Amino acid sequence: MISPDADLLLEIVDLHARVEDQPILKGVNLPIRAGEIHAVMGRNGSGKSTLSKVLAGHPAYTVTGGSVRFRGADLLDLDPEQRARIGLFLGFQYPVEIPGVSNLEFLRVATNARRGELGREELDTFAFEDVVRERLTVVQMDPAFLERSVNEGFSGGEKKRNEILQMALLEPVVAILDETDSGLDIDALRIVAGGVNQLATAENATLLITHYQRLLDVITPDFVHVMAAGRILRTGGKELALELEERGYDWVDQELAVLEAV
Amino acid sequence: MVVSSTRSPLAEASPWADRLLERLPSPAGALAAVQGRGREALARQSLPNRRQEDWRFTDLAPLTALDPAALALVADGQGLAQLADCPAPAAGTVRLWLDGLSDPLAGQFLPAGLSRLTPEQLDQDLGHSLACCGSEQHWPVEFNQATARHCLALRVSGCVAETLELVAVADQQHTLLPVRVLLVLEENANLKVLQVQLGSGSSLSSLVVEAQLGQGAELLHGLLALGEGGACFLGHLAVEQASGSRFRSVAASRGWALFRFEPRISQVDGAAQTELLGLQLVEGPQVADTHSQVRFLGPDGALEQVHKAIADGRGRSVFDGAVSVPRLAQRTNANQISRNLLLSDQARIDTKPQLEIVADEVRCTHGATVSRLQADQLFYLQSRGIDAATAARLLKRGFCQEVLGKLPAAAAVWQPLQRLLAEA
Repeated sequence: MISPDADLLLEIVDLHARVEDQPILKGVNLPIRAGEIHAVMGRNGSGKSTLSKVLAGHPAYTVTGGSVRFRGADLLDLDPEQRARIGLFLGFQYPVEIPGVSNLEFLRVATNARRGELGREELDTFAFEDVVRERLTVVQMDPAFLERSVNEGFSGGEKKRNEILQMALLEPVVAILDETDSGLDIDALRIVAGGVNQLATAENATLLITHYQRLLDVITPDFVHVMAAGRILRTGGKELALELEERGYDWVDQELAVLEAV
Repeated sequence: MVVSSTRSPLAEASPWADRLLERLPSPAGALAAVQGRGREALARQSLPNRRQEDWRFTDLAPLTALDPAALALVADGQGLAQLADCPAPAAGTVRLWLDGLSDPLAGQFLPAGLSRLTPEQLDQDLGHSLACCGSEQHWPVEFNQATARHCLALRVSGCVAETLELVAVADQQHTLLPVRVLLVLEENANLKVLQVQLGSGSSLSSLVVEAQLGQGAELLHGLLALGEGGACFLGHLAVEQASGSRFRSVAASRGWALFRFEPRISQVDGAAQTELLGLQLVEGPQVADTHSQVRFLGPDGALEQVHKAIADGRGRSVFDGAVSVPRLAQRTNANQISRNLLLSDQARIDTKPQLEIVADEVRCTHGATVSRLQADQLFYLQSRGIDAATAARLLKRGFCQEVLGKLPAAAAVWQPLQRLLAEA
């Protein structure tokens, strides 16, 4: 499905960012085109989760250099909500519990914010119920979860399904899924991955942030990037993930040492 | 320590109450004797003041700002019932209008399970729960006794299907509205009560509710107190619970210049369940204060208490939650949490759990949090395309909804969430 002529959706160039006084990203370069699935792998602390949060506009991170263009427009200039409305989606590693806020109402308000951007009419409560019930099938989610508070008391697997349900409703252009596989048993992993696969089209792109190969057994990436010390150290096809699985991350450290010695 | 003052608190505080008492009509009605005693007590007592521990954080200035010479009871027959903006009662609800003067049961059909206390029963039961909870000499209680001419006194037997909705409206300038309620629940009786107190202008609403819960009885008491302007509210709830009974109080307030609510619960033999939920919102120059007391006078009692406050503008919120677990109250299980949202630099929150535990085999927890809106929750909502203002509103609604969701279902017609958050 990948083609070098496809539209460039996200273009990350020499991105630097820090949290408080700690530099985390030190020059990330990553172009993502329509129809592509990318995987960023790396050890804890390599900067891969930071990359996802910086792209989504988390206020705790400060961009200190470089640029990110989303379909040609400056992404870093936008508030988090504007980024979401134009089609950037972040699936959280730890989805936040919001007691007292109905999941259904939350999903409706979010969906309408995105629909407004797309020039579609807002969905009222009744129309939305029809839409959301149809979308529930993407992640085989029990409708009872709509009546509960956002993520409150959900198991790890239920939270991740709820994330993919949001993705299904918001129809993002670029979806970044941060450690979506963490805390999932094998059945939940299959269901969540199945949802992601269903939602991938020739017009959108997916960026998977993951520590383990096992997610890539169920979602096949077109590109695998290995991240270390705030940079992408190496890029390859899905075989790179298998190599990591086999050899561990130690060779990454060696390569990094060589690189930093230069 | 102030040494230069030569005036006693009494001399400083009495004129306000004295002037108010002077203008009250002579004691009358079923509570004439109580009124007389209450007035004598008030004449002897000083106004509560901030040198008293119980009132340390509560500025009574909004109360004394009310003109005692102008405050007056609503004239007989003038009835406050014809309010255009009150919603029709929910299905299955019996609505009574309380004005502190006339008999709210006059011409009223009472649902099965509810009956009026006879004068003899009233004599016997009135004040019983107040005494049980140590509230008799308490100023807000004496104030109510001094002014209320009528008490809605009901006996409850069996399960009452209907919700009893008690509405009291002080919507005219200088209205003094004392409401008194006495509920006697027989063994295994079950009742849901919703009290709606509305106040505006320079009015003063006073509420005293007594409830006796027999063994296995169940009472849900909701209070929706909505004020505006200079209106003040002083509420006192005295509940005595026999073993096996369940009591839940859900109180939500906003908009009063001064709101003081004092639920006091005694589990007379322990082994009962008490649930206290409170939500108070302050903005502008408002004070909202909840002082609760729960006493376990026997083993195996349980308490779940959640108190919430949102303080914005120059609002002040006070919570003081006393829980007493003496030696005889073994195996008590009491949990108390105070959660507060502080939304402005000028707002202030004072929260104070007071656990007095002597028994050694108990499980008691307490905690208090004061925070702004949670940054991670805000970001989560924003990352879904929801703008910051809408996200903040959703979070505030969620914060309130946890308490409001426990009000009797009949409260829905009053749209508590919209009214509390002043949403259109």
